[in-house]
Amino acid sequence: MHQDTLAGLARRLAAREFSSVELTRALLDRAQSLGKTLNAYITLDEERSLAQAAAADARIARGEASPLTGIPIAHKDLFCADGWRTTCGSKMLANWISPYDAHVISRFNDIGAVLLGKANMDEFAMGSSNENSHFGPVRNPWEVSRVPGGSSGGSAAIVAARLAPAATGTDTGGSIRQPAAFTGVSGLRPTYGRVSRYGMVAFASSLDQGGPLARTAEDLALMLNVMAGFDPRDSTSVDRPAEDFSARLNAPLEGLRIGLPKEYFSAALSQDVATAILAAIEAYKKLGATVVEVSLPNQHLCVPAYYVLAPAEASSNLARYDGVRYGHRASEYSDLLDMYKKSRAEGLGAEVKRRILVGTYVLSHGYYDAYYLQAQKVRRLIANDFKAAFAQCDVIMGPVAPSVAFPLGSKTTDPVQMYLEDLYTISVNLAGLPGMSIPCGFGAAGMPVGLQIIGPWFEEARMLNVAHRFQQVTDWHSKVPPGVDA
Amino acid sequence: MSLTDADVRRIAHLARLAVSDTEVEAARGQLNGIFDMVEALRAVDTTGIEPMAHAVEMGQRLRDDAVTAPDLRDKYQAAAPAVEDGLYLVPKVIE
Repeated sequence: MHQDTLAGLARRLAAREFSSVELTRALLDRAQSLGKTLNAYITLDEERSLAQAAAADARIARGEASPLTGIPIAHKDLFCADGWRTTCGSKMLANWISPYDAHVISRFNDIGAVLLGKANMDEFAMGSSNENSHFGPVRNPWEVSRVPGGSSGGSAAIVAARLAPAATGTDTGGSIRQPAAFTGVSGLRPTYGRVSRYGMVAFASSLDQGGPLARTAEDLALMLNVMAGFDPRDSTSVDRPAEDFSARLNAPLEGLRIGLPKEYFSAALSQDVATAILAAIEAYKKLGATVVEVSLPNQHLCVPAYYVLAPAEASSNLARYDGVRYGHRASEYSDLLDMYKKSRAEGLGAEVKRRILVGTYVLSHGYYDAYYLQAQKVRRLIANDFKAAFAQCDVIMGPVAPSVAFPLGSKTTDPVQMYLEDLYTISVNLAGLPGMSIPCGFGAAGMPVGLQIIGPWFEEARMLNVAHRFQQVTDWHSKVPPGVDA
Repeated sequence: MSLTDADVRRIAHLARLAVSDTEVEAARGQLNGIFDMVEALRAVDTTGIEPMAHAVEMGQRLRDDAVTAPDLRDKYQAAAPAVEDGLYLVPKVIE
């Protein structure tokens, strides 16, 4: 069963070929074996998952099923789920049981999907390798000595290793697309405001966006149909008419204009990745697309602007972890100030503390204008670059990451080296655009390469169509990691 | 620009983070590395550019001034390190 895609499993569940309980049981067994080897999950709760599966089976029997009723989905461990431990990969929340559901979780509950488990992640979604989790690093299913990418590394590893047909993730600077690329799965970060942030533990609120990871674009569309939608509880949720993201998957690509930013194909891009990307572009030409060169002249400022803005927002958001209302409290302290300082020092990991310090500094008196405000102005220049580029093309394509998945421990000593991993992904977050990664080949050491597709604001349906057509003529997305029984 | 140990201690205090001497030294080097990378921003001419605070241009929505949330105090306080009579307990701040 585990080999099948989300769309395939949905058809077979509807045809009563097997039950949701049988499917959930099989995937829980995989979570206990291969899932443990990869350290992909932080929390499993078999009883709860199986109860949901039984309820889904009853619903299917009554003829009240939606497309994803009874489908087990893994959720990144920053989506709050009532009664589930929700840790955000942090010691700070290691024992925190969420008293409510995130909007995304309630959407899946409403249609009778099964919460299969909470996926491992970089602490507070800060990281590009999943080595910052309090619960240990996640392993890449293609090669366990390599990272799966981050911060949604658990979600990506789960989908790649066929532990679940789909998973949720979040993408603040590339945290869906980069792990999708590193593990050979498909991932979509929607336009900012598409998916409600209610109940999603906050990192950088103007950049955070939830989205799906799955094996195919067709499956991503099914997931987005559940996840997207207006929610008054998120003040930045966008109120737009409901859309069926599956409806246009098969539209022909004749006349599609693909923009290739010349800044993306520089010396920073390793040759194996460039080769795979350019081969994918050739496949698109055969599908009827034309290619235009575009320019994003402020591309070199993306990493600097992001590493001012994201830490600034993080330092404010994470001020809530003070040991008073929930989360870790130090056992010994002299007074209130000491309690705050020790609780935070003990409960937060090194990278999170580093970003809080950076953010605190750039927001502090005397530095606010020079760093924070200036970064916000540069952010607008970056968004304007995309507006100009989309006047010439329908989608932009390029790499997701400068190289394939790297070995564990190889970039942990120098934070700036790790930040440069996000070179091709964070401009999308700064501009609020939708971005995807789909598998497009293999590079060094036989590791997967992802093709990034960036669309104009709210053009997810078009992007999914562009990705789906590629997956109709290529089979990169159906390759299975060695050692994963297919 | 280069941060000193005293700068790092001041920032850590503002951020309410306890730091040891060894942590200060490590953080100083790493923060200076990050600020060297960020320095590129300062040379950009942004005269007349509006700061962009959010990804999607939209005004603040208003809702009716009505009670919408149920009282879930006990459920929420179940996760608190210390509570009494519905109040959160912290070390004494007023003598």
